[in-house]
Amino acid sequence: MNVAHKDISKTGAGTVLDVEALRGDFPILARRIRGKPLVYLDNGATAQKPRVVLETLDNYYRNYNANIHRGVHTLSGEATAAYEGARDRIRKFINARANAEVVFVRGTTEAINLVATCMGWGGVQRGDEIIISAMEHHSNIVPWQLLCERSGAVLRVIPINEAGELIMEEYARLLSDRTRLVAVTHISNALGTVNPVKQIIEMAHARGALALIDGAQAVPHTAVDVQTLDCDFYAFSGHKLFGPTGIGVLYGRQAVLEKFPPYQGGGDMIKMVSFEKTIYNDLPYRFEAGTPDIAGVIGLGAAVDYVTAVGLDRIAAHERDLLEYATDAARGISGLRIIGTAKEKAGILSFVLEGIHPHDIGTILDHDGVAIRTGHHCAMPVMEFYKVQATARASLAFYNNRADIDALIKAIAHARQVFH
Amino acid sequence: MHELKDLYQEVIVDHNRSPRNFGKLAGANRVLEGYNPLCGDRLTLYLNVKDNKIENITFDGSGCAISVASASLMTETIKGKSTGEAEGIFHSFHDMVTTDSGEPDFDKMGKLVAIAGVRDYPTRVKCATLCWHTLHSIIQGERASVSTE
Repeated sequence: MNVAHKDISKTGAGTVLDVEALRGDFPILARRIRGKPLVYLDNGATAQKPRVVLETLDNYYRNYNANIHRGVHTLSGEATAAYEGARDRIRKFINARANAEVVFVRGTTEAINLVATCMGWGGVQRGDEIIISAMEHHSNIVPWQLLCERSGAVLRVIPINEAGELIMEEYARLLSDRTRLVAVTHISNALGTVNPVKQIIEMAHARGALALIDGAQAVPHTAVDVQTLDCDFYAFSGHKLFGPTGIGVLYGRQAVLEKFPPYQGGGDMIKMVSFEKTIYNDLPYRFEAGTPDIAGVIGLGAAVDYVTAVGLDRIAAHERDLLEYATDAARGISGLRIIGTAKEKAGILSFVLEGIHPHDIGTILDHDGVAIRTGHHCAMPVMEFYKVQATARASLAFYNNRADIDALIKAIAHARQVFH
Repeated sequence: MHELKDLYQEVIVDHNRSPRNFGKLAGANRVLEGYNPLCGDRLTLYLNVKDNKIENITFDGSGCAISVASASLMTETIKGKSTGEAEGIFHSFHDMVTTDSGEPDFDKMGKLVAIAGVRDYPTRVKCATLCWHTLHSIIQGERASVSTE
C-alpha cells in the first residue's frame, strides 16, 4: 500500500481525497495508449487494480497456494485462513450479520442466476409475479425471464421517466399479493441513476415479496449496509470494486438462504455423501460447490481493505464533484445529448453526439488515449426507451481527476472535427 | 502509428454523411437484414437479381460511419456485376481488411481501398464486413437475418 492512502485512512474525518497520490497505487494508470497518457473512463465495465491487490494475488500463488477446507498441511491451513478471513472482511464491508450470509460466486450475473434458479426449484409457480425495472442490465432481466419460462410466472417491469428515474407510483401499482420477488439495480450502469432502494425494498416486504438488489455499479461508489437496506439479496462483482475478475458476492439473508435448495452439487457443499443419502453442508458452503476462486476471494479481500482505507464517503464526495464537472462541460458541447439525467446520479455520463455514431466516438477517443465504453451497455431496453442504438459512456472511479475529464471533452471536440 | 485519418478518410466521412443507394428498393426480389449484436448495427440489403446479375441494389438501416460507408461503397461497386463476380469481390474485400501486410491493391479493389484502414482496428473490422456478409448470404440463398456473431 502506498503511504498516501495510509495517511488518508488515519485522518478519518478528512473529506478530500489525495487523488494524485492514490493514482500512484494503480500501475496501469502509467500506461500510454498510442503515445498518449491513458485516460481510463470505463470503470463501469471494469475497474483497475491497485498494487496491493496484484501483490496479494502474487503472494498467494507464490507462497501459500493450496486448496482450502481440505488439507491438514500448513499451506492448506494458510489458504483456508486467508480465504475465510477475506469473507469476514467482506461481510463487514457490507455489514452482513454473519459469514453464513456471504456466498462467493463468479460475479453479479451468477449471483442473480443462483437466486433465480433456486427460487424456481423452491416453488415459484404459474401466476406468481417477479418485478424488475426498465433500467436493468441484461443480467438482471434474463435470469428472471428464464425463471418465468420454466415456472409460468409473469415478469412485470417498473417503467422509467425521461430523466431515467423509476416511476414509483407505477411500482406501487405493480406490487400485489402475487409478487414473489422484486429485483432492481442500486445504480444503473447505462444511466447512472441511483435508485431509492430502501423504499423499494420496504414496499416489496409490505406485500410479502423478497427483494434483490443488483449492486454491481454501486459498491465502488457508495457505502452499502445490507442491514440498513434490509434487502434479502445483494449481488456484486469483485472486478468493478478494484478486485480480480471471476469473483463476486451474493449476500443472502440467512433465513431465506436456509430454505433454498442447493444450487450446484459437488465437493465442499456436502457434509456426508453416500449413495443412499447425502447431507448438505451449512451456509455459506452449501452454495460453494467445488474448488472456488481462492485467489480471487483473497484478492477481493485486499481490494475491500483498500477501498475501506480510501473511504467510501470520500470517494462518493470526490466522484459527485467530478460528475458535476463533467456534466457541466458536456452540456457546453453543441449536439451532445446526455442520456440519463436523474436527480440522484453516480459515476456515469452516458451521451450521444448528433451525427456521430458512438462506435466512431469510441475509436476516435481511443486515439487520444481516452477509454470509454460504447454500445448498448447490456441494457438494450434502455436504448429502446431513449430511441438510440447505442450510447457513449464515460464511467468514473475515485482515481479519475479533472484532467481526465478535460481530456475527454477535448477528445469529443476532436471527434466532431473528424466528422466536421 | 496508425493515423486516425487513415481510418476516417474523406471518402468514408462523405459516404457516411450521404450514403449512396440508400433506401428501400421497389421490386427487389432478394431482401436480407444483417445485424451486429456487438454494437447494434443493423442494415437491410435490397437486391434485384436477374439471371445471376445484380441489376440493382440498395440498403437502409443504421450504424457507425464505417458500416454505413462500407455498405454505400459496396452497393456502388457491385451494382451491375454478376453474383459470381460479387462473390469474388467479397473474398478480396475480406482478405483486404483482415490481412495486415502490403498496400491495398487499388487496381483490383478500386474505391473499396478507402475501407482498408480498418485492418489496423481489429475491433472495427466487423463494422466494415457486415454488409458484405449479408450480401454473401443473399447470394448463397439464405433467407433469415444474418449476424456477425
